[in-house]
Amino acid sequence: MSSLILPPGLILILGGLLLPWVAPRFKNVIAIGFPLLTLIMVWLVTAEHSMTLNFLEYQLDILHLTSAGRVFATVFAMMAGIGALYALKHARTLELSAAFVYAGSAIGVTFCGDLISLFVFWEIMAIGSTLVIWANCHQNKRAYGASIRYLLVHLLGGVILMIGIAAHVANTGSIEFTAMKADSFGTILILIGFLVNAGAPPFSAWIADAYPEASPSGTVFLSAFTTKTAVFALLMGFPGETILIYVGMYMVFYGIIYALLENDMRRILAYSIVNQVGFMVVAIGIGSELALNGATAHAFAHIIYKGLLLMSAGSVLLMTGKRKCTDLGGLFQSMPVTAINGIIGALAISAVPLTSGFVTKSLETSAAAEAGMPWVWFCLVAASAGVFLHAGIKFPWFVFFQKDSGLRPPDPPWNMRAAMWIMSFLCILIGIVPSIIYGILPYALDYQPYTADHVVTQLQLLLFAGFAFFALLTFMKRTLTISLDFDWFYRKLMFGGISWVKEHSPKFVGPVILSIKYFGQKHLDRLKHVHGPQGILARTWPSASMVLWVAVLLAAAMILHYMQL
Amino acid sequence: MSQDNSSKNQKHWLYREENRKTLWKIQFGILILALLPEFFMHHHASFEAQGVHLDASPTFYAWYGFLTCAAMVVGAKLLGFILKRNDDYYDENDKDPDAKNNEQSR
Repeated sequence: MSSLILPPGLILILGGLLLPWVAPRFKNVIAIGFPLLTLIMVWLVTAEHSMTLNFLEYQLDILHLTSAGRVFATVFAMMAGIGALYALKHARTLELSAAFVYAGSAIGVTFCGDLISLFVFWEIMAIGSTLVIWANCHQNKRAYGASIRYLLVHLLGGVILMIGIAAHVANTGSIEFTAMKADSFGTILILIGFLVNAGAPPFSAWIADAYPEASPSGTVFLSAFTTKTAVFALLMGFPGETILIYVGMYMVFYGIIYALLENDMRRILAYSIVNQVGFMVVAIGIGSELALNGATAHAFAHIIYKGLLLMSAGSVLLMTGKRKCTDLGGLFQSMPVTAINGIIGALAISAVPLTSGFVTKSLETSAAAEAGMPWVWFCLVAASAGVFLHAGIKFPWFVFFQKDSGLRPPDPPWNMRAAMWIMSFLCILIGIVPSIIYGILPYALDYQPYTADHVVTQLQLLLFAGFAFFALLTFMKRTLTISLDFDWFYRKLMFGGISWVKEHSPKFVGPVILSIKYFGQKHLDRLKHVHGPQGILARTWPSASMVLWVAVLLAAAMILHYMQL
Repeated sequence: MSQDNSSKNQKHWLYREENRKTLWKIQFGILILALLPEFFMHHHASFEAQGVHLDASPTFYAWYGFLTCAAMVVGAKLLGFILKRNDDYYDENDKDPDAKNNEQSR
């Protein structure tokens, strides 16, 4: 049996690479079949299995099972499959193919036993996800620019991670991917590299900048993998790193505030990803067994309900061609299936009892209580109310209710409706039978989410948060605006600075640039003179001169020979 | 289908002005219902050891949820005055290089 075991991520990557080459009628089979095969393989791998590769003097382990890794890999494979079902009719082959390579490498990360193969999968993810955004260039003229900015942020994160790994390996001699402490140059950079992908400050803007520019299905894929792989890497690499509590808390409130200011429905949900990942990062910072279980369970549930919310928003985008709250509203009348599923996703993200959010996010707040951190607990409870505010009500309210926009589009095609129903079913199933998820968590868990106290207090919290929303609705009037973020520095300041210099001060900068150019040109000319095509060392010599010189050498050798006698 | 036809002629009942009051009444009704358990329930205190008892006080979750959310909405509104820009703010940037290239090619 063990000979049949392959790294599950590679199966999905193979599927992605196969997709462009198969006949259209087999495409559906591959799009659903390969994620299913991957999912099966994730559960066939046992702790005894391993697959090692030799690289330089290191042994890479690309089949290293951890219980947290298996939870992440499971939900990644599920998302790839259900996402593919959602994408089946409208997505370009490039998008689906890139999404599978992207998902496969995310699963690859969850099965990595060493930092080098982790880095390799990390970078394939960056390329795959960029291509997913890129695949939408023909529909959305902003997609190209967004995909390049996205790639640049991730390449920067990758370089930081690479430097960190190199320094760490040079320091310790070990490439093993295991719990570290951010106390050396290498490990600090590894931590930063992970955090860039998690959407931590100052690089939080890339999520809302890039994800909503992809196609309806592309955004569903994108929302699932990159940030959650980063959560996994933090969970395995830096559990209990106190700084993560502060970083995560910033992300939690950043997500809420920016989502409240936002007008574009899918950007609202993108900011909400930062908010949710913030919860997980805080839990990883707390670092207790309950907290790490909470982060893992929350990641699992989050991927499903955020995927559902983005499927709902994607259906609206597909059917109306509109993405701004100011243009939408009243869609519940003609898109009931999309609205119902969107609302189920919204209830799940808000952690309403009987949904997956309720049984998973409460592990994290309980962990803060158990660890005796009152301020963390009070902030997380406030943030839970805030989640209801910005994602739980704001998204469905402005898209499906609000004013009547007069739009009467029908529900999307059957494959999209089916994907949404499956996701909704999962959200509620996990909420009703939490043991499904509790049973596969990294640590044994004895937790009862459905106590009368918990249900009542959660309902009170959410209902009064909802009351705040409607009482202050005039404050939330949508405007045709975006909000400035840290990306202003590289999109406006740096860009503007360069064009300003280029246009306005040729008299100061001109000579400097000219002298640099002259300096370079001088050295290039010299190199060319010596090594160039007709240079001293490289030009072709007539064979006659060679014969002459050989004769001279022979004569010299002969003379020396006689002189020796 | 009948609903479709009626919505063409008339607004859906959710949007009719005369129903707005009813909707608010329903909301207040639900809020009061949610507060009823406070009379006979005692909440679990999570931070006895730290000397914090606030979370076990009656109606804590209700007012805390309302006030923190109100604070976030107002906070976002205030930040919005500084942070908000027209949503084509960055587009001018993106268009510039193309425009220039076109000019050059001419």
